[in-house]
Parts: sequence; structure tokens; C-alpha cells
Amino acid sequence: MNKPLRRIAIFCGLLVMALLIRDNWLQYVMATDLQDDKNNRRVSIERYAQPRGDIIVDGKEITGSKKTSGSDYEYKRTYKDGPMWAPVTGYASQAFGATQLESIEDGILTGNDDRLFFRRTLDMITGKKPGGGNVVTTLSAAAQKAAFEGLGDKKGAVAAIDPSTGAILALASTPSYDPSTFAGNSTDTDTKAWTKLQKKNNPDDPMLNRALRETYPPGSTFKVVTAAAALEHDLYTDPDAKTDSPDPWTMPDTRTKLPNEGNIPCENATLRNALRYSCNTVFGKVGSDLGKDKMLETAEKFGFNSQQFVPVRSNASIFPTKMDKPQTALSSIGQFETAATPLQMAMVASAIANDGTLMEPYMVDQLTTPNLDTIEKHDSKKMGEPLSKENAQKLQSMMETVVKEGTGTQAQIPGVTVGGKTGTAQHGVDNSEKPYAWFLSYAKLDDGSSPVAVAVVVEDGSANRDDISGGGLAAPIAKDVMKAVIDSKK
Amino acid sequence: MSSTSNTSTHHTSTIGAIGAPSRRNTELALLVFAVVIPVFAYANVGLAINDQVPSGLLGYGLGLGLLAAVGHIVVRKFAPYADPLMLPLATLLNGIGLVAIWRLDQSERLQARDTFVEAAPRQLMYSAMGLALFVAVLIFLKDHRVLQRYTYISMALSLFLLLLPLVPGLGANIYGAKIWISIPGIGTIQPGEFAKIVIAVFFAGYLMVKRDALALASRRFMGLYLPRGRDLGPIIVVWAMSILILVFETDLGTSLLFFGMFVVMLYVATERTSWIVFGLLMSAAGAVGVASFEPHVQQRVQAWLDPMGEYLKSKEGLIGHSEQSAEALWAFGSGGVLGTGLGQGNSDLIGFAANSDFILATFGEELGLAGVMAILLIYGLIVERGVRTALAARDPFGKLLAVGLSGAFALQVFVVAGGVMGLIPLTGMTLPFVAYGGSSVIANWALVGILLRISDTARRPAPSPAPNPDAEMTQVVRP
Repeated sequence: MNKPLRRIAIFCGLLVMALLIRDNWLQYVMATDLQDDKNNRRVSIERYAQPRGDIIVDGKEITGSKKTSGSDYEYKRTYKDGPMWAPVTGYASQAFGATQLESIEDGILTGNDDRLFFRRTLDMITGKKPGGGNVVTTLSAAAQKAAFEGLGDKKGAVAAIDPSTGAILALASTPSYDPSTFAGNSTDTDTKAWTKLQKKNNPDDPMLNRALRETYPPGSTFKVVTAAAALEHDLYTDPDAKTDSPDPWTMPDTRTKLPNEGNIPCENATLRNALRYSCNTVFGKVGSDLGKDKMLETAEKFGFNSQQFVPVRSNASIFPTKMDKPQTALSSIGQFETAATPLQMAMVASAIANDGTLMEPYMVDQLTTPNLDTIEKHDSKKMGEPLSKENAQKLQSMMETVVKEGTGTQAQIPGVTVGGKTGTAQHGVDNSEKPYAWFLSYAKLDDGSSPVAVAVVVEDGSANRDDISGGGLAAPIAKDVMKAVIDSKK
Repeated sequence: MSSTSNTSTHHTSTIGAIGAPSRRNTELALLVFAVVIPVFAYANVGLAINDQVPSGLLGYGLGLGLLAAVGHIVVRKFAPYADPLMLPLATLLNGIGLVAIWRLDQSERLQARDTFVEAAPRQLMYSAMGLALFVAVLIFLKDHRVLQRYTYISMALSLFLLLLPLVPGLGANIYGAKIWISIPGIGTIQPGEFAKIVIAVFFAGYLMVKRDALALASRRFMGLYLPRGRDLGPIIVVWAMSILILVFETDLGTSLLFFGMFVVMLYVATERTSWIVFGLLMSAAGAVGVASFEPHVQQRVQAWLDPMGEYLKSKEGLIGHSEQSAEALWAFGSGGVLGTGLGQGNSDLIGFAANSDFILATFGEELGLAGVMAILLIYGLIVERGVRTALAARDPFGKLLAVGLSGAFALQVFVVAGGVMGLIPLTGMTLPFVAYGGSSVIANWALVGILLRISDTARRPAPSPAPNPDAEMTQVVRP
């Protein structure tokens, strides 16, 4: 009987061998995949095992961490002025994960990033509890406050950029939410708060980051881009020369007349006046004369049709790529399918204010270790040159006219040169919905430097539609933001 | 079979009735390790969880030491020639099993469960009972061949044990498997664990008698020896029994274990490979057949094929899905090569049965690949020592019994470890000695007791011949 016994011995050995091989497969080959599996609760347990690093604005933390009780997760996130900063921070919830900055810089904030490896090892040796690094943002507390308070109860968004660097100074969105309310994982409080904020339960969709993720028809503010295209492509070179613009103007290939809002002097108006009075006929014809390709070229140079990563993703603003002539004309005055995020329009204003050079927008200035040693510092990057310095200055003077004596007078700041453009974008079927009030502007100091460019959009202000105009609703907010930036520089 | 050989120029050697080394001192030395390692592990868990050496360390160390000492003394006295490895290995497994169970007792997550009870003290008690049975086996079973007399009683007893859980009012359906009986005042018992041993006795006794008929009366067909129809009877009966267990008790593991054990013993008894082929075919047919209509088995297969999908379905609150398979895989993965260290993992996320069926996942996470490989190799060693005992046994009954028990042990380890690691569908079985569960620990100590008895008989030197007045050493003259 010994021969089969030896075979059984081998068979048992093979069984053990199979187990050993499987174990190696699980714990060596697949280990990392299993460890990092998104459903593996250890991932989040570890994430919340120590206080999370903070997001810093103007040298002060806008976030914090609190020890919890009765939960797997030891620490939970807290936020100071949560609703105001939510579009900047995103949220980090034990139950619902993290988004935006909290998610993108998660490695640094939790302390698990490879760049913190040395420090972690050191902490392990010295027996210090490991902590997360910090994220230092470019934002300005004063500007953000002005933006958030300016929007108030209204629905809308503000994006402000430092034109010379691309640093984002304000990023507000209303209605907002307080990410502290669902930072934990209690089904009683956190889940309820979360559910209440979801779009399906809350038509205002407070968790939408309107400054980055919502695209609005830009309306007349887009005329700035069209004007830039006209100058860049040499359709018109002098802002004060008469243009070839009949009023009323019938769009090519149609019998539809493009109307102007109200009784304004648009026939053969100069570019400066056309911008000042916001003439649809002039800019519609400019777009149509330039043609789709040239318009598209300029729009894309300003950043249209591509997502921005600041590092939080911003939706791509849209300038249509397929359209016929009348559609080109409509697109050129910010209608048809043209749509832009507030950030995009702030970029447009910033490129003009920065003499034609568009800087890449960003909001993270530095990543630091828990004790504030810099790990990584952001360098400003040039993104492109949508228009020449000469043309940019022409456009600046046109926009300054708008604020000085056009539709944007409400944005005037004493002692500061302000250039801007209003917009009132109609939308909905047959323009049935309340229009969006837009304002984009920049401020210029005496030394010629421009510290801030800003775009404001206000959705359906509660007033009736006649009252809504970029000048009335959005411009004062833009003014406050610019003033806050200038004052804080002093 | 020892000889002292004289390498001198005289070509002679002297053969005498000198006893084989009993290896009891080897066993003692190994036992010291088998006690010290778990004690260190226990201290390690306490330090990791509470930052202090657990207060029960002394009691635990003494308890385990005492068990080992009693075991050792009894073996020394009643089975002096028994295999020196099995007792230390079993003690080691039992000890680290206790540590893991105690570690899971400290888990706040498990403490929050409604069904939570402190398992470690009970397991220590069960271990003591197991060792008592082990001692009883060694003391009262002077010779394993005695068991041969009880062949058919064993059959009846094993059937009785297997059918017990089906008795209305006695059987307890716990999470889908009906393999427990609950006795008021004592708790639940898993009769299948004991049936495993009893049925091995039956198979060994039966096959010893029938092996010639089964082996020789056969026709050759396509290179295989086909047994005669009537000789097929027993295997079909056992097969049918396994299927019935599977269907009525929904216990894939036990069913596989019995059938596998029978095929192994049949093969050893008859030396006919055809039985293996038949066995595999029949188990495949049986498994597929049952799986086609038994939802419980289908769920297990589903959970094996797609553990992560099952996890998500379970999280959505769908009935009949379990997140445990996925949790176990994550525990293994998170342990990596070296593990998190005892007391520092999160294997308690597995929840129900974390300290019984899934206990290997705790080792996987906290001791890592290294620890699990060590544990698997310990099981491998026990099994191979068992088969070694079968090889050394001088009587066919002993051979069959030893290989049956070792084979069953190996299959059980394979089925449960393979199930937890996702190699095969999960079945509700316990990892011998390590997992929490009284029946399992007690039955496995008895199993080791029987194996030690067989190995003692096998290695015991033949009694010295009656003293011869002319006694002189035999001189062997070599050319």
C-alpha cells in the first residue's frame, strides 16, 4: 500500500502548494490592488486616522480637524466659513468621499503622499504621530468675502484672477453649502444633511461649483472676445474708426434681423461705441465677417473648448465648432451655443488686462509639510497670447470707456482705472427664463499694473427681467471684489 | 530498525534489540517553542492594542504551558514512540489561534455586534477539553487495531452524527448551513467534526476487508481497471450520502471532505487509479448537479466568482449576498508581505465569523504573507507526518486510518483556507486548531491523539525476545 501512500503524500503537498501559491498571489502580486480598492474600508480608516492637513488662505487655516467618538474614523474634517469656502475646498466627508481640492491634494493632506515619505519615516522613528501636510492657496480672504457677500441670497458665481500670474483670488458660488455638516459618517446627521443638499432634493443644487463647473451663455460679455478677434485678424485696427455696420442688420443667408437692445446708436458705430452701448448688430456682423474659423481661433486662444485644471477641474467653456453664418453671428455675441464658466470669462478679462498674455490660472501656491516647510511651489506659467500687446491696450481703452461712460458705470472705483463689460444673457426656450446678468472687469493701478480681473454672473435675480442687467446686478459685486483686492494690497 | 555498525576492519556488525530513539526530548524542546511563541504573540497583541502587556498573560501562558505539559507527559508515558512533531505543531496552532481569537475579542467593531461574546476564554476551555480527549485517547486506546472491531458500529454512529442536525428541534440553522445541533445549556455542537473521525474508522475497517475484491475483480477498459458493478456499491452509497448532506444540510465542505476522504482511502486500499478518476467524475457530477438547483450553493459560487460584485450588492442591502468574501480578500491584500503586525489590522471588518471560518484572514492581514505561509506549512507538516505515520504503520488498518485522517485534515485545511483566500468557493468549515469552535478543536485533538497512537505502534520496537540462556549477540559476518 505504500506506493499510493506516497502519491497521497504528494497530493497533500500539492494542496498545500496550491494554497501557498494563492496566498502569494493575494498578498504579493495583488496586494496593492486590494489595499487600494476603493471599497476597501481600510483606505478611509487610514485616511481619517490622523488629523488632516489644512487648506490655508492668507496664512490662516480655513479648515480643521476634530476628533470623533464612536466611529471607525478617528478624525473628521471641520470648515471655517464653510459655505464661503466650499467652492475652493470642496469637501472631505467620511461617508461621501472627497472632491475638488480636498480630493486632488488628498495625498498631501492625509500625509500619504510620496513627497512626505521622508518626513513620515522620520516621524515613525522619533515616535511622533504622523500628520498631513498643508495646501497653501492663492486665494484672498478679503476678495472671497466680498464676492460671497456680494452674491448674498442671489444665485451666481464669481471668479477673480491676478492677471499677471494667473493666481486665483476669489472663487465663490451661491447658494453654497457647509461641508462640515456631512463631514462625518453618521447616518442620523451627516447622511440627512447630504441628502438634503443633493440636486434631486434641492433644485438650487447648492453643491454645484458654479464658478468652475457651470457654463452660462456669456451674452454680451463675449463681445470682448469678438472685439479681440476683430483687432487680431485686422478686420478693424482702430477702435475709433467707423465700422461697416448697418442697423438693422439682416444676418447672412436669412431674412432675420438681429435686434439691438433698446434704442442705441449702432449704425456704423466705432468698435469703442459698439462695446460701450453693447451693439449686437456690430459684433454680430464682425463675427460673421471674420467667419467661424477666425472666431474659433481667437476663442480657443482665450481657453474656450478646453478644460482647465486649477488644479480642480473646470468645465470646458464652449465656442461652437460647427455652425453656419447666422449661427456664427449669434455665437459672436455670446448666444447660440456659446457658453462659458465664470472662470473662463475671468481669464478673458485677465488676458486683456495683462497686455494680451494669458497666464495659466491656478489656486494652489504651495504644498507644505505639517510644519510648513515647502514641498512644492507653483510657478506661474504662460498659457498663451490671445492678442498682441498693442491690441490688448486698444481693447483696454475700449473697456475702460464702458465703465467710464457706458453700461458698466456701477463698477467705477475712485482713483482706480477699471475696464469692464456687461452682459445680459437670455436663455430658455424663446428666452422665457430669467436672464443671466454678467460682468467682467479688471482694475488697473496708477503704475499700469493690474492686480485683479474678475467675472461675475448672477442667475435669476429675484427682480423682474427688465431690471436684470450686467450693469445693475453684477457690476457692484465685481467692484467690491476688485476693491477688496486693491485694499488688501495696500 | 536500528543497528550499530562497526566500521572497523573486522567485517562484522552487531544487531541487537536496542530501542529506537523515542524522540520525546525533541518533542519537549519543540513544545517549549510552541508555548513561548504564542505567549509572545499574546503580549504583542496587548501592547499593540492597549499599549500594555495584557493582564491575562500569566494565566494564558500558564494555561497553554499546562496543556502542553500534560500532553507531553501523557505521550511520554503512554505513547513513548509517537511522532515527536505533531503535538508541538498542534499546540502551536492552538496557541496562536487563541491569540487571534483574543485579539478579535478586543475589537470594538466586533464588540458592537449583537451576537458578540468573549470567545477566547471559551476557546481555552474547549482546548482543555480537546486535550482531555487527546489524553483519553492515548490512555484508553492502547492499540488502534481495537477500533477495527467497531467498523459497522462506526458506520451507524457516523450516520447518526451526520443526520443529527436534521432532527427537528435539535438542528440549528445558522446563516444558511444546517450543520449544528443546539443542546440547551451546552450550546451548539457541530457533529460533523466528530463524524469525520468515526467515519474514517469505518472506511478503514471496511476497506481493509474488501480491498482485495475491489482491487482484483475488475475489467480492464481503455487502460483503466473498471470495478465490477456490485463493488461499486460502497462508493455510490458514500457518494449519495455526501450529496444528501449537501442538499439537506447545505454544507459543501463536509460533503466534499467525506467523499474526498473515501476516495483517498479507496485508492490507498486498492492501488487502483481508476477510483480516483471515478471519484473526481462523481464529485464533479454531484457538485454540478446540486449547484444547478440549490440556491445556497449557487450563492457561494457567485461570491467566489465575483466577490467585489457581491460586496456591492450586499451593501445595497440585497438579501442573499455576503460581503465577507471581499472583506477577506481585502484583509489579505492589506496585510501584504509582512502584515500590519498583530493587533494593528482591520480584519474585524469581516464581521460575522471573523474568528471562526475567516480567522485565516486575520493572520493574513496582521502577520502577512510570511505568517500565513508559515501557518500553511505547519498544516502541511502535520499532514505529512500523518502520511508518514501511515507509511510506517505495519498493519493495513492502521495505514488506512492514518491516511484517512491525514487526508481529511489536509482536505479540510485546503477547503477552508482555499475558500477564505478565494481559491475555491467558500464553505462553512473551520480551520483546525486555530478557528474558534469547540467541536472543531476537540475533534482535532482526538484526531491527533489517534495519529499519535498509530505512530507509536508503528515505531515501537518489537518486544525483545524471551531471554535465551545461550544469549549472545548474533554475529553477522560480512563478506
